[in-house]
Amino acid sequence: MSAGLLSDISIFVLALLVGFEVISKVPSTLHTPLMSASNAIHGIVFVGAMVTAAEAANAAGYVLAFLASAFAAMNVVGGFMVTDRMLQMFRQKPMPAKADDARKAT
Amino acid sequence: MDAITTAVALAYLAAAVAFVVGLHRMNSPATARRGNQLSAAGMILAVAATLLKVINDGAITGTGWAVLGAGAVVGAGAGLLTAQRVKMTAIPQLVSLFNAVGGGAAALVALAGFVRLSGLENSSIPTRVMVATILDVIIGGVTFSGSLIAAGKLQGWISGQPLVFPGARVLTAVLAVVAVGGSAYLLTGADSIALLIVVTGAALVFGVTMVLPIGGADMPVVISLLNAFTGIAVAMAGFVIDSSALIIAGALVGASGGILTKLMADAMNRSIPSIISGGFGTGDTAFAALPGTGADVRRLSAEDAAIQLTYASRVIIVPGYGLAAAQAQYEVRELAALLESRGATVSFAIHPVAGRMPGHMNVLLAEANVPYTLLKEMDEVNPDFPNTDVALVVGANDVTNPAARRPNTPVSGMPILDVDKAKNIIVIKRSMGHGYAGIDNELYTNPKTGMVFADAKRGLSDITAAIKALVAV
Repeated sequence: MSAGLLSDISIFVLALLVGFEVISKVPSTLHTPLMSASNAIHGIVFVGAMVTAAEAANAAGYVLAFLASAFAAMNVVGGFMVTDRMLQMFRQKPMPAKADDARKAT
Repeated sequence: MDAITTAVALAYLAAAVAFVVGLHRMNSPATARRGNQLSAAGMILAVAATLLKVINDGAITGTGWAVLGAGAVVGAGAGLLTAQRVKMTAIPQLVSLFNAVGGGAAALVALAGFVRLSGLENSSIPTRVMVATILDVIIGGVTFSGSLIAAGKLQGWISGQPLVFPGARVLTAVLAVVAVGGSAYLLTGADSIALLIVVTGAALVFGVTMVLPIGGADMPVVISLLNAFTGIAVAMAGFVIDSSALIIAGALVGASGGILTKLMADAMNRSIPSIISGGFGTGDTAFAALPGTGADVRRLSAEDAAIQLTYASRVIIVPGYGLAAAQAQYEVRELAALLESRGATVSFAIHPVAGRMPGHMNVLLAEANVPYTLLKEMDEVNPDFPNTDVALVVGANDVTNPAARRPNTPVSGMPILDVDKAKNIIVIKRSMGHGYAGIDNELYTNPKTGMVFADAKRGLSDITAAIKALVAV
């Protein structure tokens, strides 16, 4: 086993443990935004799509790179946007009495 | 290591720190939005660093730039549009769709790497890259097709009923043999693109056959599981292209999805294997006859319910998916605000599986401007029920069934809200129909319970109107 692979595996295992530690403290109130935020974070695969596009040299490579970058860009942009939309709704201020006010406020 | 390479590596480290700290800030609604913005900043940094690296390497062709740019614009546009337009009730489908594209992109990255390496003269693909590639296309493929099916079920394009077809088990076994056999052959050193495509195809079909037999009620578990899969697929893509940023981010998501999967399965009292093997929620499962079955229920008019609520000083509202389905978040908020303005203490008791994904009900109520401080988790609210004058159940069923405390029922052992311990119970429900577990709810025949037979939206607005009429006199 090469040193590079060993350090990659170490990083993977430690990141899993950090993930378990950090995520287990999130209250269930926020589980949907949490999943949506972590969803956006796996949009990091866009970095992989960029590498793919940089290395592509034939038609098959270009098609794969296009699909990968389109999928990943949708994932990362949509993920962060929708999480932000959700989180800005969580507030402490008292309830407005009229249903219409709430609709206008959102 | 030259300056640029070092700078890029440090930028990836900073991005990973931003992801961890960003997720950490999700532990409170007050800091969560900042946390998400921090993660987004980390993402921008990682993409900028990669851009610098790609330019510095100088290997990218003009066509490479064109496909990357076109893909980014098309994808970002689609992401932006769906994120802005999606209704909060449809969030589970959207998350599922993002799982699909994320897992799909990870699989494509591995496929592209394989195509490039096997096209080079006199090169053999190192085993570590081969193993990661195979795991990536299998996990990514299953996630892609499985998440699309899950999204289709949630959107109602595919029946939410468990779909079982003859020979499904045989097909699953054949797919597993093809995937494992093909992978083993690839690992012996056969750089065959055709074979890798066959393995990918088997994974794609497996994703479909895995999710089709799973019923609508189990969707919170399935989405969480596919979320974990996507994370692992992205981490595998990180192994393929040797990128620590992908490995760390993928592992974080894998851990997050894993925890949520476990929490959801526990909250439904179901094991993950039994959910994956499917068949729950068909309603035709035989079960022991329950005492009280067929007993009379007490019917309440909206006016009767209004009287009870007007004189209650402590009210707990128990919202379920029925409330979300009827889009009655605004009506329930209006009723809660009215009761609060009359001096009552109102809180919301939220079961972990209320909704179609973990925490879904909280988002729907937050959208209707219910302050999150009123939203109580199951363990927090259960001790309050005995001191509660009225528990108002809207569109929740199985999670309130006291039968869960007895052995030998389909819901036995499921953690429930102790609604039956409240002094009075009002249930708004369209009919005496069953929940997903397909059994009678003993709460409805409890002598303390009054049933208001109405759609959630209609029932709530009728009660609110009746209270206003009552107090105006």
